Amino acid sequence: MDGGQDMGGVPWSGPVMPEPDEPPFHAEWERRAFALTLAMSMPGGWNIDMSRFAREDRPPAEYRSLSYYQIWLAGLERLVLERQLIAADEVAAGKSLHPAKPVTRRLTSDGVAAMLHRGGPTEREVTRPARFAVGTRVRAKTINPPTHTRLPGYVRGHVGTIQRVLGYHVFPDSNATGKGEDPQWLYTVTFNGAELWGKDSDPTLDVSVDAWEPYLDPA
Amino acid sequence: MSDHHHHDHDHSELSETELRVRALETVLTEKGYVDPAALDLLIETYESRVGPRNGARVVARAWNDPAYRIRLLEDATPAIGELGYAGRQGEHIIAVENTPDLHNMVVCTLCSCYPWPVLGLPPVWYKSAPYRSKAVKDPRGVLGDFGFELPATTKIRVWDSTAEIRYLVLPMRPAGTDGWSEDRLAELVTRDSMIGTGLPKQPREVA
Repeated sequence: MDGGQDMGGVPWSGPVMPEPDEPPFHAEWERRAFALTLAMSMPGGWNIDMSRFAREDRPPAEYRSLSYYQIWLAGLERLVLERQLIAADEVAAGKSLHPAKPVTRRLTSDGVAAMLHRGGPTEREVTRPARFAVGTRVRAKTINPPTHTRLPGYVRGHVGTIQRVLGYHVFPDSNATGKGEDPQWLYTVTFNGAELWGKDSDPTLDVSVDAWEPYLDPA
Repeated sequence: MSDHHHHDHDHSELSETELRVRALETVLTEKGYVDPAALDLLIETYESRVGPRNGARVVARAWNDPAYRIRLLEDATPAIGELGYAGRQGEHIIAVENTPDLHNMVVCTLCSCYPWPVLGLPPVWYKSAPYRSKAVKDPRGVLGDFGFELPATTKIRVWDSTAEIRYLVLPMRPAGTDGWSEDRLAELVTRDSMIGTGLPKQPREVA
């Protein structure tokens, strides 16, 4: 979707502000929001693309007004409420008021290491040949779906070159909507700076994105 | 100063966000969906076990072992796995090598994709709007924000992590480190040098 999350090239005032010796978390609530998000995907049953959509599917002004872990919190609240794992009156009361919904999986402490080690690989068995080869010129499609997509706005309509064929991967545009993984070929596509930003672009710049085949047309 | 003493630490001192997180954790725990011990372990893992020291070991080995460097650049995920680093947010890793002619920089313009097993959790600036907007358009401006400049002729390649591929920059080995052990080399490798927003330390900085 075209939302506040799609920030590449968006004019933004102010410098990048590195923080010396930055800790992983800046408050206790950030620790808890982080851990709850990781732990709840197991009983919740959602996938990473659904999580991302739950975070970004809000007015851009709201997205930009929230800190990073506030966005995670808002996304998690959305997911547990949508799936009726909890009810709004329980959030307001700060305690459970209704019976729990039966869940098939739950993350216990003895399962944490295995869950993190397993991760969520997205490569799948190939069922059809790749349409593009390294060196092929392709144009990123101009699309503006209201649903989740990982084709950033700043490359849409622009011509780049296939630099790597990355394998056959879960397609987030489908996976986020619950319609299945629908794996697709994934490519690294490289765009010259001037193609993206015009003649005043840094002449030494190339930008690569990883793009699934349905995002691309032959150029 | 008022002599009005503080009340006990009640909710009035907590922000709305803190209250929301606390309410959510309470409800999810009471319903049995989450195990508080698992939450603590997740936090501990990323606070004290997984971080950029892992990536520094990978880089140091690549600097010292030419065969490892080739394995890392050809297929980084198993090469990194040789050192015991694998898993969540590092399922598919590609290492990109800086040279005198090419500087690599990694960003995720759409969210915060970052190679957790080798770098830990991303810093705030990596997830911030200025970095996510500027890195793909004006990377030299970003480098200026970090206080360094590249030669005008060095090419810049920015990798926007839009899929589940995670990128690790292999920075150039600093001069004056011939014969250094892997442990000693690892001390030169900064987190930012593995994202492409910094350079490794010079030998004199760790003397």
